[in-house]
Amino acid sequence: MPAQTLAEKLIARAAGRAHVTAGETVVGKVDLAMSHDSSGPRRVAPMLDELQVPVWDPSRYVIVTDHYVPAETPEAQAILQFTRDWSKQAGIASLHDEEGICHVVLPQKGHLKPGMFVVGGDSHSPTGGAFGCYMFGIGATEMAGVLATGRIWLNVPHTILMEWDGRFQPAVSAKDVMLFLCGRFGMDGGKYQAVEYGGEAVRSLSMQERMTLCNMTAELGGQAGLVAPDQVTIDYLLQAGVRPEELESARSWSSDAQAHFLEHHRFDAAELTPQVAAPHSPANAAPIADLQGQPIDIAYIGACTGAKLDDLRMAARVLRGQRIAKGMRLMVAPASRDDQEAARKEGSLDILLQAGGELLPNACGTCAGYGKFRFAEDTRVVSSTARNFKGRMGAASSRVWLASPATVAASAIEGRLADPRNYWRG
Amino acid sequence: MAESAARNRIWRFGDGIDTDAMAPGQYMKLPIEQIAEHCMEVVRPGFAAAVRPGDVVVAGANFGIGSSREQAPQALVTLGVAGVVAASFAGLFYRNAINLGLPVLVCRDLEGLEDGAVASLDAAAARLTLENGVAVELEPMPRFLLDIVEAGGLIPHLKETLRRQPQ
Repeated sequence: MPAQTLAEKLIARAAGRAHVTAGETVVGKVDLAMSHDSSGPRRVAPMLDELQVPVWDPSRYVIVTDHYVPAETPEAQAILQFTRDWSKQAGIASLHDEEGICHVVLPQKGHLKPGMFVVGGDSHSPTGGAFGCYMFGIGATEMAGVLATGRIWLNVPHTILMEWDGRFQPAVSAKDVMLFLCGRFGMDGGKYQAVEYGGEAVRSLSMQERMTLCNMTAELGGQAGLVAPDQVTIDYLLQAGVRPEELESARSWSSDAQAHFLEHHRFDAAELTPQVAAPHSPANAAPIADLQGQPIDIAYIGACTGAKLDDLRMAARVLRGQRIAKGMRLMVAPASRDDQEAARKEGSLDILLQAGGELLPNACGTCAGYGKFRFAEDTRVVSSTARNFKGRMGAASSRVWLASPATVAASAIEGRLADPRNYWRG
Repeated sequence: MAESAARNRIWRFGDGIDTDAMAPGQYMKLPIEQIAEHCMEVVRPGFAAAVRPGDVVVAGANFGIGSSREQAPQALVTLGVAGVVAASFAGLFYRNAINLGLPVLVCRDLEGLEDGAVASLDAAAARLTLENGVAVELEPMPRFLLDIVEAGGLIPHLKETLRRQPQ
């Protein structure tokens, strides 16, 4: 058997093959499909009707409402209602309704297990790769194809290995890693291949931090992000309700030592400093030292990539005992209800609110730019979200700087882009 | 038809044109015809109103980066764009475009493909022909993907496949 990458192993399993080779086109059997309210039922149902076929396996389709939550308009309300009605009628076992953002809810509810081949109707679907799944984003038409057939084609990707040695500095986190990589390699650096994250520094990260790495593989232009499962993965999944026998082979999902990588990059984690991406691209990343002092009007902590429990904790480590600057707004939209409740219980959430933060619903919110709240003309925003495209989160003249939750928190204190290391408390 | 084809033009865009520019989030709850009216408005106001059926979008690297929203290629289809020729495509957009029947072809060297130039696209032949008769060769799409495009997208293609191979 030739040496294989983790991506090749996962795809070989889905394709029912002993091994596959990067570059060949194969058809994989889908273990799980996930949609949200925007790309899900309202889009796929008419297509399934046209094909006159039911969902191939309703137990393998998970639906999460997050984009039109909370419904602010009659149109949004209708979309949510259709999502609920159709899910019921199609016999979908798992509808997570207004419980948080799909990429965070999916693993939190125990749907992901190492070794799976998964598609998601959202571009941030690579998030699932943190759990040793091959998971990638597709559009609604392709989702309808999956729901009709249970299968999908793909080109077996090459793998780009990003290895981080050593330890990260305090107040430096997964978001800084990804902004740095976007800056270094550009938004097409991933070449629509698989990007695997490894090394001692990655293994030291929590599951939610690993999710941030894989999540922003979308911004790096990869098809999938991957982290090989280890004890951290197993512990998280057990807590999420996955049965121990489903995790017996979890550790077997890793790249062979002799596997061929398209590119192999090694970095010293200790050298990474907090990063900020200037408007209007995640690729405009630079160390905080280059951008600090830029005046800011709004600090936004939200999204699947930037408001999970661990993200809220990092922001709290900066904001403990602090107040946000006069005239600043600090908006906090915890990524899921479970994460919000955990943060409330342990006190992290209180720290953010006492510092002057406003609590927003557990949904995609301003990150997706779908709702009523969009940034006004000329607003300057620092945000823990994933994309700062022109006009995405607000008016075309609004400007968004992307940063880690810790950097967003520090910037809220000063009213300008600020280094979180000056406020980080153990 | 020949006369209208002769009027078809190139709309030239730069690198990194994102999905949010083609299908802005705030209009995503509306029908595609209304989303399409706002297509590209943050990067090129007036595009949606002026583009004509059969026109060709020519763009730089990483065209379609961003969201999985297929309303991005669907807006171009709705406006009648004949296809997109780009130095490279974001992978997710590329798949979505094919699934909606929009030809997407790679051309590494875009020199001579000027904004406003009269041009016609032949996706099957992977060729963009300019008014002066110059034919620009494009990288051909894989046959199985061209089949989907020629069927009008994944759903009509799948309809045909399912009809031929009843489950």
